[in-house]
Amino acid sequence: MAAPVYQPPPMPTDAEIERDVRRAKLGRIGGRTALYLTATAFALFAALPFAWMVLTVFKQNTDLYDPNLNPFLYNDPPTLQNIGYLFAQTEYATFIRNTLLVAVLVVIITLVAAVPAAYSLTRLAGRWGESLGIAIFLVYLVPPTLLFIPLSRVVADLGLRNSVWSLVVVYPSFTIPFCTWLLMGFFKSIPWDIEEQAMIDGYSRLGAIWRTVLPISIPGLLTVVVFSFALTMHEFVYALAFVTSSSQKTVSIGVTTELIRGDVYFWQSLMAAAALVAIPIALLYNAFLDRFIAGFTLGAVKG
Amino acid sequence: MTAGTPAADLVEERPSRYLLDRVGVLGPLLLLPTVVYIVALVGVPLVLALLYSLSDITVGDQSLDFVGLRNFQDAVGNATFQQALRNTFIFTLVSQVVVLILANILALVLSADFKGKRLVRFLILLPWTTPIALGALGWLWTLDNVYSPIDYVLRQLGLLGIGSPLGPRWEGTNALWLAQADLARLTVLTVHIWRTLPLATVILLAGLTAIPQDVKDAANVDGAGFFRQLFYIRIPLLLPIMAVAVLYGIVFTFTDMTVVFIITRGGPVDSTQVLASWAYFRGIEGGSLGQGAAIALFLFPVLVGVAAMMLRLARRTETV
Repeated sequence: MAAPVYQPPPMPTDAEIERDVRRAKLGRIGGRTALYLTATAFALFAALPFAWMVLTVFKQNTDLYDPNLNPFLYNDPPTLQNIGYLFAQTEYATFIRNTLLVAVLVVIITLVAAVPAAYSLTRLAGRWGESLGIAIFLVYLVPPTLLFIPLSRVVADLGLRNSVWSLVVVYPSFTIPFCTWLLMGFFKSIPWDIEEQAMIDGYSRLGAIWRTVLPISIPGLLTVVVFSFALTMHEFVYALAFVTSSSQKTVSIGVTTELIRGDVYFWQSLMAAAALVAIPIALLYNAFLDRFIAGFTLGAVKG
Repeated sequence: MTAGTPAADLVEERPSRYLLDRVGVLGPLLLLPTVVYIVALVGVPLVLALLYSLSDITVGDQSLDFVGLRNFQDAVGNATFQQALRNTFIFTLVSQVVVLILANILALVLSADFKGKRLVRFLILLPWTTPIALGALGWLWTLDNVYSPIDYVLRQLGLLGIGSPLGPRWEGTNALWLAQADLARLTVLTVHIWRTLPLATVILLAGLTAIPQDVKDAANVDGAGFFRQLFYIRIPLLLPIMAVAVLYGIVFTFTDMTVVFIITRGGPVDSTQVLASWAYFRGIEGGSLGQGAAIALFLFPVLVGVAAMMLRLARRTETV
């Protein structure tokens, strides 16, 4: 038997080429369509309550509280009255002020504790640093719902019962662990030589940190500021358990415990209260997303 | 790591002019505020929680009288507790299975380039960036007993109202999402999926983009199609990061009380109660701190398990 001789495959005819190109095009169009449909479906699911929230804010009573009207349209002209009412007739402004006060102080406490801790763990603690860092990070996973009952007693013993200051004291217990972990990632990426050089030039270690490490880490510090600010805005359980009088409440609990009222004709202002907080935080998060994620992925993924 | 680097040796050999330049002094000193904070406001309360759960402490009578395991026995014997325990596990397991599937799809979608991607990403992140309490408030209004826009759509589609093909309980003008036990549970489950999906997605997305380009190129050259690449490259390489994503989801869902507290208050008739919310209602609103602490402690074993797995994952990424 003769050895098989290599036979080149027959050249495709023009018609065949045309068919293949058409199929590939169709496949790509199909793929793109599936992509857009999936993206739209997910976006709708995620945005549904927010879309309804924002639509509601500008509706008039006669429009909103008529179940026969199409809720997705403005059957009556949109109005800004509901937002005005929220600020003039409710304690929303107080809630905002309390929240900002707590957030700013918590950010400061967090920076004061987490920056030195992260530096110490990355530069001074040797091979214990990483393990200790992970241990501190795990503290972030201890939930408020496990601690709020004993903490309510601790808060009372400190004389801070029913005061916004109780939150200033307690919130850093969850912002410091995560922020220490975030900062460790930043400090690790700064070369030793820079502060070495500063110390050889005669600065003390603290001086070197102040003049070299901190300026370089400003993006990291900013991430910490934004993250602890956001965590403070998010917190609900401690605030609910520790604070009962409305003048001391933060937005999360003020809006959901004081402003949900028996009479239904108030949902527009309520939704305005939620949307006015949700949208700025969302913008902040988006700006710092990659850095947060680098922290959440335990350093497995560099952003 | 420190001992080996020449830079560190240089510092330690240099005679220190300041006490604070000594690594042995400065290191612990810088760590002190953080350690004090964690011990005082996490460690101490954790111990207190244990003590409370073994005592008869109430809001009115704050003396710690040891009562053994009575709080745990009382808790376990209570029908609402059993419901809460069941709900907590079901909400967590089901929501995280769904989130894992959806997050994989969504991460693939977001890793492609398309018009309007930034807007889609912004919208998809909203449930995570918004304070849970306010997001839950949005759902409460979206599922309102009378004015729910979802009900309106269902009515227009003919799925709600007299002659509904879905059965007799859909024949009213409203679905009453929060007034019936099974629909209320479905609602809580959906809200948990809704709010944990974004974080899982962005974590997976970070993992996807971290897959080295040469691996993808090699697969393409070898002629691996979409599904082959999915099952032989993406999923195996993403497994550790998927585990991280799911662990966060488990912690956030398992320990959450906000969603239930705002949307259903545990109702109707305690049918959506979870461990955390039940601990709140017994411990803070009911004033029985010991009972509440005992109920909350049932969260602890699962958290320890999650922490152990996180530790293993972190170790693994450290050595890579």
